[in-house]
This record gives sequence, structure tokens and C-alpha cells, in this order.
Amino acid sequence: MARLALRFSVLGYLALLLLVPVGMVFWRAFEHGLAPAWDAVTTPQARHAFWLTTLITLIAVPLNTVFGVIAALAIVRRPFRGKGIVNAIVDLPLALSPVVVGLALFALYGRNGWLGPWLSDHGIRVIFALPSMILATAFVSLPFVVREVVPVLREIGTEQEQAASTLGASPFQIFRRITLPAIRWAVAYGVVLTTARCLGEFGAVSVVSGRIEGRTETLTLHVQKSFESFDLVGAYSASVVLGLMAIGTLLLMTLFKPKEEAG
Amino acid sequence: MSITVREVTKRFGDFVALDGVSLEVPTGSLTALLGPSGSGKSTLLRIVAGLETPDGGEIQIAEEDVTGHRPQERGVGFVFQHYAAFKHMTVEQNVAFGLTIRKWPKDRIRHRVHELLELVQLEGLAKRYPAQLSGGQRQRMGLARALAVEPKVLLLDEPFGALDARVRKELRAWLRRLHDETHTTTVIVTHDQEEAMEVADQVVVMNRGRIEQVAEPRELYEQPANEFVMSFVGPVNRLGDGWVRPHDVELRLEPNGATKEAMIERVLHLGFEVRVELVLQDGHRLVAQVTRDDAEQLELHEGQIVFVRPSRERVF
Repeated sequence: MARLALRFSVLGYLALLLLVPVGMVFWRAFEHGLAPAWDAVTTPQARHAFWLTTLITLIAVPLNTVFGVIAALAIVRRPFRGKGIVNAIVDLPLALSPVVVGLALFALYGRNGWLGPWLSDHGIRVIFALPSMILATAFVSLPFVVREVVPVLREIGTEQEQAASTLGASPFQIFRRITLPAIRWAVAYGVVLTTARCLGEFGAVSVVSGRIEGRTETLTLHVQKSFESFDLVGAYSASVVLGLMAIGTLLLMTLFKPKEEAG
Repeated sequence: MSITVREVTKRFGDFVALDGVSLEVPTGSLTALLGPSGSGKSTLLRIVAGLETPDGGEIQIAEEDVTGHRPQERGVGFVFQHYAAFKHMTVEQNVAFGLTIRKWPKDRIRHRVHELLELVQLEGLAKRYPAQLSGGQRQRMGLARALAVEPKVLLLDEPFGALDARVRKELRAWLRRLHDETHTTTVIVTHDQEEAMEVADQVVVMNRGRIEQVAEPRELYEQPANEFVMSFVGPVNRLGDGWVRPHDVELRLEPNGATKEAMIERVLHLGFEVRVELVLQDGHRLVAQVTRDDAEQLELHEGQIVFVRPSRERVF
């Protein structure tokens, strides 16, 4: 009886909070049939927004994956000064509101910022252009790979790596043949979370992009703009695209993950 | 091939793990490093392997100074207490690891791995993963993996410490046979004196980062260099100024001038031997070990007054 109550309260909570609202988005998008929704997401602006979000994600995710694995190795394996500080800074993007992140980048790279004038003198445009959007997205999605990999590295310990070193393996061979296989599922899960975060980023990108339609408008910004201009079908349809991208990412992960790893 | 350790020192913060240790391990020998935990025995082994860097001193393997060398360049085989099995590889792949790194051709690797799995009696389990093996099997795999690359020396860090008593005994005897076949210079770290005495040609007793004595097992038992060694390699009693082993305590029913009076507190029958717990007049306690026949002849029982004398004692 208690178990039934528990199950219903969990399901009820999830339904009320997550499933019903998301379901509503899908329903609203296709309320007037498939054609208007399809038209809404195939306008040049919508297609550009889709492409831009994909591009930013494809750059930010590999960056944070490589950095994340290196940072996790440094935090777990190497005793160094200021390790505690590094560990805390990695979590900063989780605590800081994305709008603040956007403003911070603006302060640094903007026309009156420290680096802005020097960069624009050399013909490099950061704010209101792709570079700042990538920086903002990478900033907010930074912690996920680190946080997934650190506990796994701690758990596997260093004995296997030491054994490999006595057997003649170089540090790189040890990483590729021993460490990486041991942490691969943590990395994969971190990549999925990072991707989901990149796809959904809104606040920081909204500040630094300038939201120029067809140029610096990502899919989330496109949803917002459509909503503000009373193009509800456009807003819902673009939301559905975002939702499908996120679901696709999660599915890819489940597809690649083996049922039960031996070992 | 021999190992020479010269004046090696190692500190971990304030803790002195090794305090100027020097040691000679002869070619082809099986040497045991024996000591309580914290005595520095594992640290010494890890320094020989290059897994730990000494603060001072020198390490030679096969007459070559390897002090600054990385583990990869030392040609040692290392076996870990908790196996350090590569979990994502099969038994076969584990054993082949060192050979794959050395880029041996595939058919030679297959041949060598087969040979080694036969040696450690794991032929049927080549395709298994470590998680599907028992502790004893995992450790034999660890040994095969270390032996695969034909190391100059084989180093074992409490290799049987995580196994249950029966498997431990089996593997111990098996390791001794293996050594008699391969003659690889071997150093084994253990805190179990019985293991050290049973398996090794030479036992190095360590305590608080120093070597107390280096001797053959029999010499160690019969001529311990000091109190620490004497009490570490077997049970021991204090009797007056001397130290005496329980089986060297003689019990008599009558005094003879050299004896001391004692009262029997308990008599424990342990099969062939009988352990007699005694208390002397000064309140000092003592354990004697006699055969069942002697105990019956003397009709030993609790509360009885007997007279004790060490038949062999050591004074340090």
C-alpha cells in the first residue's frame, strides 16, 4: 500500500511537472496539422537558427570533453597547489545565472571591455558574433564531464595504471589502453549532459549574441522571438525541434551503452 | 639477476618509511621482506620497482644503476595485493598486455600467452573477464602477466594477503615450485612469518624503516639478532633476563636449584601439543608448550604447582 502510494506520488509529480507541459508543447505545435508546423520550422530564419545551435554544440561539446577529462585527471591524480580552488571553480557555472555569465563576457570582450578594443583593432569580432556565443555556451556547459569523470577516476584507483607502467606502457599508452576504457561511460554520460545543456542554452547567449535574426539567433532565441511576436505555432514548432534533438541525444547514449559490461 | 639497495631513505611527510636501508638480493634467490605494517617493506619494494621515488640512496638491478629510471625501463614484474587486473580485458588480453606494448607479432604473443596460462593453470579461462574469476585465479593471472615480459626480477607485494587461508597455503607452495622452475630473482613482501619462512631462501626482517636481520629461515628462528626478531618470527616468553620459546620451557614436578616455582592457570589441549599457561611467584605469566605424552606423564592440571626452567634461552 505504502509502495503504491510512493509510486503514484512520484509518477504524479513527474507528470504534473514535466510530462504534461512538454506534451502540451507537442500538442500545440501540431494543433492545426503537420503542414503549418513544418512551414514554421523551414523558414530561412528557423533553419539558420537550427544550424547555428548545431554548430555551437558541435564546437563546445568536444572542447569541454577534452578539457573535462584533463581537468578530472588533474583533480584526482595530481597533487598541486590550489587544487581545492580549481575544484570549486569548475562548479561555478552551475551556481552562476547564465545572464550573469553573458554580462561577464560582455564586460570582457565588449567595446569598453579589457580585451574588446584590442581584438577589434585586429579585426576580430567577438561580441554579437559566433565567438562569444561559443564562449558563453562552453562556459555554462563546462562542469558536466568533469563531474561525471572525477568519482569514477577516484573509484578505479591507480593500481591498474601502475601495473601497466611496470609492464612497459608509456603514460600515453596507459591513458589510452587502461584509463580511458575505464572511464568511457562516465565520459559518454558527461557528453550527453553537456550536449543537452548546450542545446538548451538561452540566458548567456541571449546577452552576448545581439539576437540578430538569420545571423546570431540560435534555436532557443528563435523560440523566444517567435513567442514575443505572437507566432505561437512557430514558437511551439521550434520547441518541438529542440525537444527532439535532446531526446535524440539521450537515445544515442542508450543505444551505444552495452546491456551489462563484463568486468 | 641481483638487486642492490644502497642507503635508501624515504619520508612521507613526518613519517620516516625507510631510514637508510641497504640490502643485497642474490641472483636467482627468493627473498621475503617480513615485517609489521608500517615497517617500510612495501615502500622498499615499490622503490625497487620505480613506483615510488626515494629521497636518497641508490637502486641497482642486474648491476645497473636504475635509481632515476621510470618503472617502464626497469624490467621488473610486479604483482599487487589486490591483483590490479585490467577489468575491461580478458585473461588472455591481460597476460598479453606487456607483449602487445612491446609490439610482438600476433602469433608469437598467442604462443607465449598459451604457455604462461598453462604454467599458472588457467588454460580453460583465457576468454573470461577478471570479474568472473576467483581471487586465487586472479592472482595467478597477475603472476602470468608479470612473467610474460620475462622480467629481470619479480616483485610481489603481499600477493596472497587478500585470499583466504586455504588458497593462500596452496598458492604459497605453488609459488615456491614455480620459482624452482623459472629461477627468476624474486622478492615477496609479507607480514606473515609462516609464509616468509615457508617460501623464502632468505628472510629480511624489517621494523620502523630499518632492517633488523637478514638470514635464512632456520637461522632466523634459532639465532634471532634481537628481541624484535625473536618475538616476530614466533611465540616467545620473558623469563628473568632471557627470552624463551614456549617449546623450550621445561616443566618438572620437583625443584632442582635452577628452576622457578609456578602455578598452572590453564591447560589447553590442541591435539598433538598441549599449551600450559603458568603464573610465576612474582606474578609474571608464562606459556609452555609440551607434547601430549609429557602432559599425561606429569598429570598436568589447573592449580598444580610445577617448577620451570628454560632448556634454551636467549639474552639480548
